[in-house]
Amino acid sequence: MNVLEISRFAVRGLTANKMRSVLTMLGILIGVAAVILLVAVGQGSSDAIKQRIQSLGANTLTVSASFSGGFGGPAGGRGGGGGAAGPRTQARGLTLEDARAIAASGDAPSVKSVSPVVTSSSATTTYEGASHSISQVVGTYPSYFEATNKPVTSGAYFTNQDVTAVRKVVVIGKTVADELFGQVDPVGKKVNIQGAAFTVVGVLKESGSTGGQDADDIAVAPLPAVQQSLTGYGSLGSIVVQATSAEATDAAEAEITAVLNERHDITGNATADYRILNQASLQETVTEATGTFTVLLAAVAAISLLVGGIGITNIMLVTVTERTREIGIRKAIGAPRGAILGQFLIEATLLSLVGGLLGVGVAVAGSQFTIAGVQPVLVPQSIVLALGVSIAIGLFFGSYPANRAAKLRPIEALRFE
Amino acid sequence: MSETAEGTATAADPVLLIRDVTKVYGEGEAAVRALRGVSLTVEPGDYVAIMGASGSGKSTLMNIIGCLDVPTAGTYLLGGVDVGALDEVRLARVRNRRIGFIFQSFNLIPRMSALANVELPLAYGGVRAAERRRRALAALGLVGLSDRVRHQPNELSGGQQQRVAVARALVTSPTLLLADEPTGALDSTSTKDILAIFDRLSLSGRTIVVITHEDDVAAHAKRVVRLMDGRIVDDRRQAPVDGPPPLIDDRSSTGAMSER
Ligand SMILES: Nc1ncnc2c1ncn2[C@@H]1O[C@H](COP(=O)(O)OP(=O)(O)OP(=O)(O)O)[C@@H](O)[C@H]1O
Ligand SMILES: [Mg+2]
Repeated sequence: MNVLEISRFAVRGLTANKMRSVLTMLGILIGVAAVILLVAVGQGSSDAIKQRIQSLGANTLTVSASFSGGFGGPAGGRGGGGGAAGPRTQARGLTLEDARAIAASGDAPSVKSVSPVVTSSSATTTYEGASHSISQVVGTYPSYFEATNKPVTSGAYFTNQDVTAVRKVVVIGKTVADELFGQVDPVGKKVNIQGAAFTVVGVLKESGSTGGQDADDIAVAPLPAVQQSLTGYGSLGSIVVQATSAEATDAAEAEITAVLNERHDITGNATADYRILNQASLQETVTEATGTFTVLLAAVAAISLLVGGIGITNIMLVTVTERTREIGIRKAIGAPRGAILGQFLIEATLLSLVGGLLGVGVAVAGSQFTIAGVQPVLVPQSIVLALGVSIAIGLFFGSYPANRAAKLRPIEALRFE
Repeated sequence: MSETAEGTATAADPVLLIRDVTKVYGEGEAAVRALRGVSLTVEPGDYVAIMGASGSGKSTLMNIIGCLDVPTAGTYLLGGVDVGALDEVRLARVRNRRIGFIFQSFNLIPRMSALANVELPLAYGGVRAAERRRRALAALGLVGLSDRVRHQPNELSGGQQQRVAVARALVTSPTLLLADEPTGALDSTSTKDILAIFDRLSLSGRTIVVITHEDDVAAHAKRVVRLMDGRIVDDRRQAPVDGPPPLIDDRSSTGAMSER
């Protein structure tokens, strides 16, 4: 009596009641497919969010003025508006000197580049007949492009000489280029921003919208040029700092804090008049959150797998009860306990294994489609785990009824009604 | 594995030796004493009919002899081996090789062909597929069912089903063939068929113990044992152990069988 022989008995047992076997398998199929697919959806959304954060610029920290008291909220949006004018506090806005102090390499070794930023919103821009209101005009240094991960598709960045010479040159986003120029190549053309003429030197690569805002509706120009023609020479809107590496962002944050605390006379428990947004720690937080989300999805799916397992136990119990007489006959003609145990264990395992494999198939097929706006990303471990668990479930939940069948005394089984 | 795997049986040992076997079902108030001390010795080649009123303990005794149940007290030697001392694995092997059991209600496994049913004991005995088929077909031929091997139990008449069951009991060449009212559910023609098979088996030297209510059936046996209230009250020999069964010359029954 070998395993193959016992397996044949098991298969015969399963095919004797096809409908029931199929329905039981369906339970496991749904469980396994749900685990794999939901984990894939979780992974997909997590990947998408990470990618989005990455596109904002890796390793960057954004320092912006913060006014404790009356006017909360970030001051980043409006250059020059803040400054010493912060009404109820003695808070000072960020200045170019602050930026220079951070950049002084001796004090901040983890800082790679420092880009002071002023922004002007809703700047009316015209080119020949066309007119467009650019939602954000940024005045900064060339290092800003690398720090915020904004490559150009045509033309070039402006240079440090452009900054020092206060040249009116501008790099425009995709949306601006489309609105003002259509099919025409904007590089070299002169546009009029709020009455000041700027020469377009480059067009930024499309980055897509982030959080409902069109990130391509932007124009970037040298800091003094923007200050001169748009925002005035008030305080900075923000300072974008790029750390030397992702690991160095925390060190960079500490260094910036040290420099600014000294410059802004912030000691002891006094609330700082600026704040630092750390891209890396933001990413960490988001990753953690999406991780929790994925675990939650997996837990829900695991429950359905468990329910499928209980289905197997249930069916096996029914099968064993129903076939008690048959078990009695088999024992009476000399079936050893192991053969009976093996037969029912293999039946249960086959149910869960076939159900599990079909579940993997369904999940793999399902992951080709976008689900709730998320492109699922299959996690191989989840497939291995779900299959492993489904087989374990078959063995575990099948062993109780199988054992019960095998332990019966022949005469008890034969007398069973 | 050899025939003597379960112990050292010799030709001199009785096939069956039972000493003071009792069986009590249930406990306390509800206890039923089905057997109250039965002793019985069956020599090789004997053909024993056990008779008795309903409830006298015939089936209880038969189930103990067939190793399907265990006695409450007493000893039971099968071919010189104490069955009470065997573990589960050995017991399964004894049921498989030493004993062929025929039930009143046939007890074939549904949705399995006659051939598969007869092959089953050989499969559990570890016989290889080709050999299994050959022996199963031979056994089915012996009971006159060569033309029904592919049929499932629900496609066979009661008499045919019982003949399949006889083939299944015979296929392992057991030392002891046990039958609990094998003809109880059959008409007279089928009964004749089965009895003719038993006569021929007895003639070829097989040891048979059969339970019956009918005197006609008991008349075929070499020895008739009567049970009453769990005790043996009569033990009568109708023919010598080493001779042929008393009604072997009943030509009509063997004739009826070979016609099919
Ligand atoms: N599983 C059981 N539990 C309790 N009592 C039982 C059980 N099996 C049999 N008995 C009792 O034991 C006694 C003997 O039963 P047994 O089946 O051996 O009788 P029998 O001689 O085969 O009768 P019949 O000719 O009707 O088949 C009866 O009184 C019966 O009620
Ligand atoms: Mg009975």
